[in-house]
Amino acid sequence: MDRFRMILQYFQSSSESIMNGICGLLALASVKMYTSFDFSCPCLPQYNMAYGLGIMFVPPIILFLCGLILNRQSLVMLEEWRRPQGHRKKDLAVIRYMCSSIMQRAMVAPVIWIVVTLLDGKCLICAFSGSVDPEKFVGFANVSMVQVQQLLAKVPCKDNELVRNNTSRKAVSRYLRCWSQALGWSILLILIIAAFLARWLRPCFNQASLLQARHWSNYIDIEQKIFEETCCEHSRLFAHKCILHFFESMRQEIKLHSCSLPGEGEGAEGEEDLLRGITDQNQVNKLLKTWYYEKPPLDVS
Amino acid sequence: MDKFRMIFQFFQSNQESFMNGICGIMALASTQMYSAFDFNCPCLPHYNLAYGLGILLVPPFILFLLGFVLNNNISMLAEEWRRPQGQRGKDPDVLRYMFCSMAQRAMIAPAVWVSVTLLDGKCITCAFCTSVPVETLGNASHPHLSQGEIQRVLARIPCKEIYNGQQLIANEVAVRYLRCISQALGWCFVLLMTTLAFLVRSLRPCFSQAAFLKSRYWSHYIDIERKLFDETCAEHARSFAKVCIQQFFEGMSRDLVAAHCHLPRKAPADAGEAAEKLLGITDQGTMNMALKSWHRCKPPLHLHPPALPTGNGWAREGQPPMHPSMPQRETAAYYSWV
Repeated sequence: MDRFRMILQYFQSSSESIMNGICGLLALASVKMYTSFDFSCPCLPQYNMAYGLGIMFVPPIILFLCGLILNRQSLVMLEEWRRPQGHRKKDLAVIRYMCSSIMQRAMVAPVIWIVVTLLDGKCLICAFSGSVDPEKFVGFANVSMVQVQQLLAKVPCKDNELVRNNTSRKAVSRYLRCWSQALGWSILLILIIAAFLARWLRPCFNQASLLQARHWSNYIDIEQKIFEETCCEHSRLFAHKCILHFFESMRQEIKLHSCSLPGEGEGAEGEEDLLRGITDQNQVNKLLKTWYYEKPPLDVS
Repeated sequence: MDKFRMIFQFFQSNQESFMNGICGIMALASTQMYSAFDFNCPCLPHYNLAYGLGILLVPPFILFLLGFVLNNNISMLAEEWRRPQGQRGKDPDVLRYMFCSMAQRAMIAPAVWVSVTLLDGKCITCAFCTSVPVETLGNASHPHLSQGEIQRVLARIPCKEIYNGQQLIANEVAVRYLRCISQALGWCFVLLMTTLAFLVRSLRPCFSQAAFLKSRYWSHYIDIERKLFDETCAEHARSFAKVCIQQFFEGMSRDLVAAHCHLPRKAPADAGEAAEKLLGITDQGTMNMALKSWHRCKPPLHLHPPALPTGNGWAREGQPPMHPSMPQRETAAYYSWV
């Protein structure tokens, strides 16, 4: 419980943390989506490749766009980029820094999807089972051209009656899976090395301007948040004053029209304030009707 | 429990967070509804299409309407739209902003339902099993089957137990084919929705940021003003009720004094607050009379100085509220213990 609260507080402590948190959540969501997705290869010659490559590449695009949408900083960056110059100059280095940090975070979930897909192997087996060389496999070697395409296309479907008892089906499957996993691990290795080098070598280049860019991008983010909070506060006070003015004006109207002063019991001061001079069913109805039919002007001067 | 409360607090921290929370809950509810729903394809030629497309399209419509119903701001939007102009002009930008933000949030649960349905594949398999291309996937050369018969056989594809067309087209092949199409449609749908959301979100700062800030401020203002007004009215109603009830009890105790001709003994200072709170009603019979009077003849909604001493109103039901006459004012001041 305490741990959970600490984690939540840690993530809310700064906007960078929030973004890292969202990035992590999307990565977990991507793995969960893959495991809950029911992959079913069509096992038909032209459809296999489209299906397999589609499953490998379309969800990453979706995850990338989600990563951009869910990241608040992308909006902040766009606003900073498109705003008129006014009294404040625009610093392109800051915008570039924000853009690159957004992109890096948005790329995590798609990469995870692709790596998980490759390590699992089903997609590649489905996509490329029709492209293996049938001569390498005994069960497919001496079959006619058209037939071999049909048979190879059915390799991903274990229960299909045509290939159920074909020993070479497993061989093709293992062969493709081996390639798929090799590709997956290689991509993972390359990416981790690239990230490691980027992080290690970054201080060697332009550390000062990097610190500046980071500071000002943080500043822009915080400034926006505080502006929104201030606007909320302001609208609350504005509404409060507006309503008080409205009740006052109703009370004065009632005084003018009914000529009967509300009783001034000494002890009743507190309640009188809250009643604001409105002490009758008709008066209350009139107040509510006026509130609907003639809202007061937005002017509390 | 604590965890739940913290999450709840986080979402209530501001209005937008709260609405996003409701949105997320509805999306989860929609996936849960789908997995709990027991899909049962009828496996009959014309019913399949109706059932499949119905399950695909009707629940999203319901979820969309539900999204509007659960959104508190819908009544605010309607009120702002229909109110007479009065002394305050109406801004169509604000109305448009409120409607768009509500519609966007309401679209999420239906989109989740449609994607989950398409990615699962059962609906499309049920709806379009009679349109499977038998020539390419199976043996179209089944001479003794008429068109209607073929349709009937194909309609049974989703129901494996009663499928009898294995020679016409293998069940597994047809199901895989339909499922592949359904999943492709599902992913394309999700991609389309995500791209639209991305475009809507990223084009806004490029084109109408100032107008957006203005609309957002005023829509927030209208919401807060409405809430504060409700709070002020609630406060007012509370004070009104308090004074009304005090005056009722005062009237009762005055009547009792007049009726029984004995003054309530004002106990010395040490009895203090407790005696005062009893409001002059100190025995069972009196209390029963007070309760009966409250039920039979509630006092008028009129808080000026109290009514005449003879009968608080329970003897004179249905009388219009009487304006007080001058002498009573002194009595009221004397008995006023507020």
